[in-house]
Amino acid sequence: MAYIRKRTLLNRIFEAPAIGKMAPGTALFVYACLLFWTLVVAFPLYWILITSLKTAQDVNGGPFFIPWVDFTPSLHAWKELFVFDYEDTLRSYTNSIVIALLSTLLCISVGSMAAYALARITYKPKFGNILLFVIAMIAGMYTTWKFGVDWKLTIAAAVAVWFLLVRSIGRFFKKSVGNGDILFWMISQRILPPIVTVVPIYMMFQNLKLLDTHIALILTYTVVNLPIVVWLMYDFMNSIPIELEESAQLDGASRLRTFWEIVLPLAKPGLAATTLLVLILAWNEYILAVFLSTSNAQTIPILVSAMNAGERGILWWSMCVVIIIMIIPVVFMAILLQRFISKGVLLGAVKG
Amino acid sequence: MTTSILTSPKRLTRRQRFSEWVDRQASTLFITPAVVLILVFSIFPLVASLIIAFSRFRLGAGSYKVRWVGFKNFEKQFFGSEQFHFLGTFKGMSLFGWVVTIAAALLLIWWLYRYCKTRFWWLGFIGRIISALVFFGIVLLFSATLLSGTQFGTLGVTLFYVFVGCALQFGIGLGIALLCAQPIRGRTFFRVLFFIPLMITPIGIGYAFRMLADTTKGPFSPVWQWAGLGDFSWATDPWAARIFIVIGDSWQWIPFVFIILLAALENIPKDQQEAAEVDGASGWQIFREITWPQLLPVAATVMLIRMIEAFKLVDLPNIMTAGGPGIATESMSLHSYFAWRSLDLGQSAAIAYLLLFVTVVLCVSFFNYVVIGKLRQAA
Repeated sequence: MAYIRKRTLLNRIFEAPAIGKMAPGTALFVYACLLFWTLVVAFPLYWILITSLKTAQDVNGGPFFIPWVDFTPSLHAWKELFVFDYEDTLRSYTNSIVIALLSTLLCISVGSMAAYALARITYKPKFGNILLFVIAMIAGMYTTWKFGVDWKLTIAAAVAVWFLLVRSIGRFFKKSVGNGDILFWMISQRILPPIVTVVPIYMMFQNLKLLDTHIALILTYTVVNLPIVVWLMYDFMNSIPIELEESAQLDGASRLRTFWEIVLPLAKPGLAATTLLVLILAWNEYILAVFLSTSNAQTIPILVSAMNAGERGILWWSMCVVIIIMIIPVVFMAILLQRFISKGVLLGAVKG
Repeated sequence: MTTSILTSPKRLTRRQRFSEWVDRQASTLFITPAVVLILVFSIFPLVASLIIAFSRFRLGAGSYKVRWVGFKNFEKQFFGSEQFHFLGTFKGMSLFGWVVTIAAALLLIWWLYRYCKTRFWWLGFIGRIISALVFFGIVLLFSATLLSGTQFGTLGVTLFYVFVGCALQFGIGLGIALLCAQPIRGRTFFRVLFFIPLMITPIGIGYAFRMLADTTKGPFSPVWQWAGLGDFSWATDPWAARIFIVIGDSWQWIPFVFIILLAALENIPKDQQEAAEVDGASGWQIFREITWPQLLPVAATVMLIRMIEAFKLVDLPNIMTAGGPGIATESMSLHSYFAWRSLDLGQSAAIAYLLLFVTVVLCVSFFNYVVIGKLRQAA
């Protein structure tokens, strides 16, 4: 009891009352910091929101902070975008939705199939076969370069020759690469800055007359996000007990059916988290869209930057409206995604 | 359902035979789409880009004119007319620059020497020589520009974004994660709120920060006026503009570091911390001796991912300052994009390849010397 009497005020403030609880002083500090960071996060969002309600004079006249007190909010920017300009807005919005949804769907299905295969099936692609493929491709490119043969034809021929070679002399090769190498190869594609690959992709789509179409953006986004899906889903597939699949296979289910009816339902939490992540990445993508779309397949980020390139200068109010309609679905997704992240779905992959 | 083992092959219908065939090919079927997609949209462009980087490439009306020029495009970046743009302006090295360069060289030689002494593997040695050369090049670049009072080019700017941005994001992200890991009320609320910036489009962030940074009409203009900086503009001073972009980038990416570190912190078993608390350890001691070692593998991996993404930074500088003033905020991606826009495809590809080279060397170095070590310690 003597110990308690000796406690000074300072002790009482900075010493935890019990194990696993915070001292009052610490608590004050923690909440003050959190409140400060809340302001840092929320203020730019608040500023976007009120700017969308301002008229040109209110924006240019100086800082006004609180609607109805400092300035009278008006819906003119909203009206302009949704009533007068609704065709442009609507087209970009639907483009964004279609492209983000379809590329996510494609990315998730291709990626989770690859992740499942890498987690469960042992691959042993022969080193020699890969070398043959590279040689065939180089030969094809050289032919196109030197003799001006149509590149689609040379690639088809190169693939055919490679296939025949693999069938005939492939079995003589001994050295092979393993699943880990394939996985690393797929994930390492994320290191590629998009700027490195986008110019040839641009020319490829130009050649195929697919520039400024949905397909171009969907395919490109799919490949850009594929490494993330493979990486996250591989880890998740590994955590699913293999016994269920084994018993399904004993009962005569095919691989595809096992995957569809047993693995996918079990992988739902991982799938959901990965889907949301990829969806958001595709939704926000900018630099690839700048290269690959002009007007027809224009997505919202492009609409925003195109809107500000006009002679009228930056239309802060309209831009804020567009940013808000872009943010709203994403915030909902963030709240959904938060549930999965707190379960540590994404953590597992990071831990390696 | 009849199983294929019980029926003889002759009695199978065509459909059954087809599904049998599909099942036998399943292992190929599962992985082929991903491999084909990556080959077509990643590997093929990578090779094509390399070819473009070595040629002069002109876009005509529906056709291309290609001419092989060898290393000319790279030469131009390093020694030619684009040197100021890519590397920076050189006007002799200051004494301080020499001191730093020589110190870095000695340190790297000592590091290589120690590696040869302790364990030697020729592939590891070659890798370490490449890393050492790149590091030395970076130090040389900054000593010859920053420490000698001249401006550095897009390579320096990119490295500035990566290192300063990542350090800032790691520091603040870890700080908030530690705060949120305390027994506080409303943890879910904070977690959702702090997570939101990551999901917002970089375009939106770029314009929002331009509004916030406005010293005459922005929300902080009273503060600027009061400090007597009313005429100051973030976009006209090189260092202010760079810091401004790092702040915007950090606002977006701190949540990423935060959310993963918080999940890692919550995964650390509480009993060790509580035992230490009972033994009278201070908060700092608990963090240093118990939390930090267990957090390190995750932290290293998060920083690796963050580094990879930071090298690609292009939309924020494009929106917030358009690379200006001059070239002060132009990242290498943006440099390459501007070159593409002026239809100089060879230059554009050359810069992109230089960016890829720097990214790969630095990320692989970080992975090999830091991340793997931490993961092994944890395992």
